Amino acid sequence: MSDAGGKSCRHAFTEILLEAALSDSSIIAVTSDAKGSVTLGDYERAVPAQFVEMGIAEQNTVGVSAGLARSGKRPFACGPASFYSARAIEQVKNDVAYANTNVKIVGVSGGVSYGALGSTHHSLHDIAFMRAIPNISIIVPCDVAQTRAVTRFLTKHVGPVYVRIGRGPVPEVYPDDLTAFTFGKAYELCGGGDCTLIASGEAVYPALQAVGELAAAGIRARLLDMPTLKPLDEDSVVTAARETGAVVTIEEHSVYGGLGSAVAEVLAQKHAVPMRIIGFPDEFVPAGSSAELFSYYGITGPGIAATVRKLLDRQRFRRG
Amino acid sequence: MIFQAGGGHTGGSLSSLDILVALYFHAMRYDPKDPQWSLRDRFVLSKGHSVEGFYCVLAEAGYFPPPELDGYGTFNTRLYGHPTMKAPGVEIPTGALGHGLSVGVGMAIAGKLDGAAYRVYVLMGDGEQAEGSIWEGAMAASHHALGNLVGIIDNNNLQISGKVDAVMRVASLKDRWSAFGWKVVEVDGNDMVALVSLFDRLPKDSSRPHLVIAHTVKGKGVSFMENKPDWHHRAPTADELDLAERELDKALKDRD
Ligand SMILES: Cc1ncc(C[n+]2csc(CCOP(=O)(O)OP(=O)(O)O)c2C)c(N)n1
Ligand SMILES: [Mg+2]
Repeated sequence: MSDAGGKSCRHAFTEILLEAALSDSSIIAVTSDAKGSVTLGDYERAVPAQFVEMGIAEQNTVGVSAGLARSGKRPFACGPASFYSARAIEQVKNDVAYANTNVKIVGVSGGVSYGALGSTHHSLHDIAFMRAIPNISIIVPCDVAQTRAVTRFLTKHVGPVYVRIGRGPVPEVYPDDLTAFTFGKAYELCGGGDCTLIASGEAVYPALQAVGELAAAGIRARLLDMPTLKPLDEDSVVTAARETGAVVTIEEHSVYGGLGSAVAEVLAQKHAVPMRIIGFPDEFVPAGSSAELFSYYGITGPGIAATVRKLLDRQRFRRG
Repeated sequence: MIFQAGGGHTGGSLSSLDILVALYFHAMRYDPKDPQWSLRDRFVLSKGHSVEGFYCVLAEAGYFPPPELDGYGTFNTRLYGHPTMKAPGVEIPTGALGHGLSVGVGMAIAGKLDGAAYRVYVLMGDGEQAEGSIWEGAMAASHHALGNLVGIIDNNNLQISGKVDAVMRVASLKDRWSAFGWKVVEVDGNDMVALVSLFDRLPKDSSRPHLVIAHTVKGKGVSFMENKPDWHHRAPTADELDLAERELDKALKDRD
């Protein structure tokens, strides 16, 4: 686990996609004037016949992908997460999820990656939109190794999937991609019995830092990385709640409808424990870089640790 | 601004700046002291990424003090990297392409309903023409006979990935918009005299919406930025900024 991030998840995705495309001619990358931001340049040069440009037309891109899939191709519709999860959402619902077409929607520069470009470009509601639609899986990888593993999975898996990845380089969480991802499974990154942190995507690293801060204060926190948001690994969530008695979720998403909501829905019905949801509140965010916004909303090691301690203090007080 | 912020949409801001100047300092009626004046002409920057040029024009027009431009893109500024409702003078937040024309159609329908003599201008990109929503707006505008609506296309022939005709062909813009019932005129969008006289000549009592195809150069005015796709979103280095400023100063002197 290291702080300095060299590569971005976008590069990891396109590298593995190209590797797979070279031996599987049914893989097609479909994009919308986003080949640069997805980092599909090398891919296009290597397999030009497996690259389809749609221009600035995300709805068309998703519809076309569904048509490709109905005709035996394995399309990857790639572009900024904001436009694929919002503008094209009806195509996602009808032409992909309802039709059960084998379309992978890969949203890059997700969350607040675009920083001061503002809310038109952020995707802080994508997980909520997608989670409400039946028959589409949702994966949010947290680092380069996990993105590589997820991409390998996608090139073999059949069925609708939405994947959200970020823009900039990210710190390493997993040392290699062999163990970094199993579809539908949570990863226990740290064992502990005092409480559980559950995080996904680029919130995993600050959650790891929070575990360190808490350890220094004598609190042993369990940390679950939850790359698959749907279907959710309900067993791991319930077990963690039962064994540790308190759960805090952390995500780069609105506190409505994302990981926190998914976990709360499970716990409220199966094993209710005190819980906090850390993420972006229900407001359009101020101008700022992604790091500034994470820190403004307390999605940092110290910020998360403070929320956890408050929750545990309250519990202790209640128990007397 | 873009240098200080470390990023910004340089090319498209420069290609459309002459159009904005002709609108805000010649064609449009508005009152920066009363941004919601009901009879103001409306301007919608559908290609919202060209925000840096837009902010400069709004500041110069008196909507906010020019020193505020220095804070562009910094934490908690009103001047985000796309227009938002926080910036005075902005009619609608843009940045997701393909929204502006529909909003402009709504403003133009309201103007007709109210018998208000304002005009609505919507500036679009040529790459942006690939968004289907534009054509929904185009159809509605001619159906509702919106003679008070003026669409403008910043026809610089570039988008992010390269030449517009290579990424998603739009030729012929003129035939397409004419077929959708618009009166189409073409102009050199970097020629101030031509722009000003064109906006003067656009008839106000038209029963059809107008489309102005403005032929422009992306990165206009700075030799090493002109027609270079790389400058779509890029900040200059200190040396490049210096060179650009010297070129623009020289152009200004040569003109005088
Ligand atoms: C819906 C949507 N899709 C994609 C983008 C990303 N994007 C920003 S600018 C741009 C290219 C725009 O090209 P053009 O319309 O020709 O503008 P200009 O050349 O005048 O800068 C793209 C694809 C966006 N802002 N909105
Ligand atoms: Mg263009």
